[in-house]
Amino acid sequence: MRRLSLTRYHRAAPLVLLFVLLAGITTAASFIQSQPAIAADAASTDDISQGSKLFTANCATCHGLSAQGQDGVAPSLVGVGAAAVDFQVGTGRMPMQASGPQAIAKKVQFNETQIHQLAAYVASLGPGPAVPDSKAVDPALGDPSHGMQLFRTNCAMCHGSVGGGGALSQGKYAPSLMKTTPTHIYEAMLVGPQSMPVFNNANMTPTDKRDIISYLEQQRNGSPGGLSLGSIGPVAEGLWAWLLGMGLIVAFTVWIGVRSS
Amino acid sequence: MSTDDGSAASAAHEEGVVDGEFVDPGIPSEHRPRRADKDPKAARKAEIQAAAMFGISVVGTVIAIWAYSTGKVGGNDPGAVQRTTMLMGVGIALAMFGIGTGAIHWAKTLMRDHDMVEERHQLRSSDEARAGAIQMLKDGAKDSGVGVGRRGLLKGSLITALLIAPLSVLVPAVGNLGGDWKVSQFKHTMWRKGMRLTKDPDGTPIKAADVTIGSVFHVIPDGLNDLKTGKLEEKAKAIVLLIRMDPRVLNVQPGREDWSFDGIIAYSKVCTHVGCPVALYEQQTHHLLCPCHQSTFDVANGAKVIFGPAKRPLPQLPIMVDSEGYIVAKDDFNEPIGPSFWGRLK
Repeated sequence: MRRLSLTRYHRAAPLVLLFVLLAGITTAASFIQSQPAIAADAASTDDISQGSKLFTANCATCHGLSAQGQDGVAPSLVGVGAAAVDFQVGTGRMPMQASGPQAIAKKVQFNETQIHQLAAYVASLGPGPAVPDSKAVDPALGDPSHGMQLFRTNCAMCHGSVGGGGALSQGKYAPSLMKTTPTHIYEAMLVGPQSMPVFNNANMTPTDKRDIISYLEQQRNGSPGGLSLGSIGPVAEGLWAWLLGMGLIVAFTVWIGVRSS
Repeated sequence: MSTDDGSAASAAHEEGVVDGEFVDPGIPSEHRPRRADKDPKAARKAEIQAAAMFGISVVGTVIAIWAYSTGKVGGNDPGAVQRTTMLMGVGIALAMFGIGTGAIHWAKTLMRDHDMVEERHQLRSSDEARAGAIQMLKDGAKDSGVGVGRRGLLKGSLITALLIAPLSVLVPAVGNLGGDWKVSQFKHTMWRKGMRLTKDPDGTPIKAADVTIGSVFHVIPDGLNDLKTGKLEEKAKAIVLLIRMDPRVLNVQPGREDWSFDGIIAYSKVCTHVGCPVALYEQQTHHLLCPCHQSTFDVANGAKVIFGPAKRPLPQLPIMVDSEGYIVAKDDFNEPIGPSFWGRLK
């Protein structure tokens, strides 16, 4: 009789491999995060001059000494407003870690005061959207039911039906909104960072934006149906069913078929 | 059990050795007893193991019933529903799992372990049985008068009944395939000249000045929300994505020079592949991605397909700006929206 296989692994090897794979996938699905935002305060001339220094030291390499931008490297920041700076720097997307399909949200590099000063400086370069006040982003004041209608129409195709995030083309992705602060959600709609389109106040009024924040806040209470698997849709569910479900079936088939020692 | 002994099988085994083919290994000549067969201690251990598995099943049943009767496991917060459902599921799974594994463990370790041979018998019936069956068929045919010309009314009515009986299933099944069979309705949407583009879902008209660069508006036709019947059907056909990009980036297609307005451009939101709403717009690359099968359309270049299974660009809705500054349609789409269908271009 011919030996079908010469190398023999431990009989638990497929199970171990299965669990390592699943654990890896689960960790990867939940790594996108966001950081707390600052409250909007009035900008003083001192803030602007401090912000200018910070800008020269940290941003000017790519965006240029007067924030005019460089073709193919970085966009002009004239007129992007304080909201854009507060979002990009406040979520750790800027300063950008490396060129790539998308600037990832990493550890925030500046403290609240510094972000406020940078925002004040960039806002002084040209008129642009300001950082919203705390009342404009208070989830308790919004209408989650209306927010759900708006989210389904305008946001769910990229961010998923409850804001779990999703993939775009060529390595880009819509991040999860599960941990994004209300201020950063508001600012993202207002300025349209990176791949995201702009939802200005004519398209979505400030009240509409607050309703959306309120809807997203409701989703953080958990799903009553069971494990949400990151709320990223049928891909995650299918992966679990195929790897865990099919893996267990294979493992038990082998156990049933093996003769007792 | 077979009447044969094992010698025929083992003879075939030795003759049947063909190089490179898998050979029936037959039955091992020596029976290897299991540990539980030799050692009463091992047998006792296996018995306890199987009993423990049945015990797990009992625990699972208790957990499931407890979770169900409690209703709100661990408090009254919204997570209680999730915990209750999960515990009920785990309990039921353990109840089934324990019985299954216990029974298999019992059978594998403790039940009788003799090798048994059960030979296959020939499928062909005996000659007498075959002749008898043929005679029965012949007798039956003779009795009924088939082929002899008798009982014409009976045969005729039976054949008629057999032929039309399937219609009782087919007519309702085919009839339910669609509300109606007016294929031409797929070729037109409710867009008309001068109809305002309004926001989905509330129906607010959109001013050109409100559509800033980088903006995306999800659009329905003005008056859609006032429709008494067929609102969803009309919406499914008429949904449009309104996008504004830098006019220097927008590559206006030949023959469509006046279909857009200063970088504002409108495309059907129904994918030309199988009709999913294609709305994942990437502001920087001007690519529009369909979530179902990853068809990608280049909005800056006539919504041409640059990736994926879609075959045609998205149909463009010609737009202009009316005297009050609102964006209105110039006309319906100039081609049927959505996926291909029979007679699409006829």
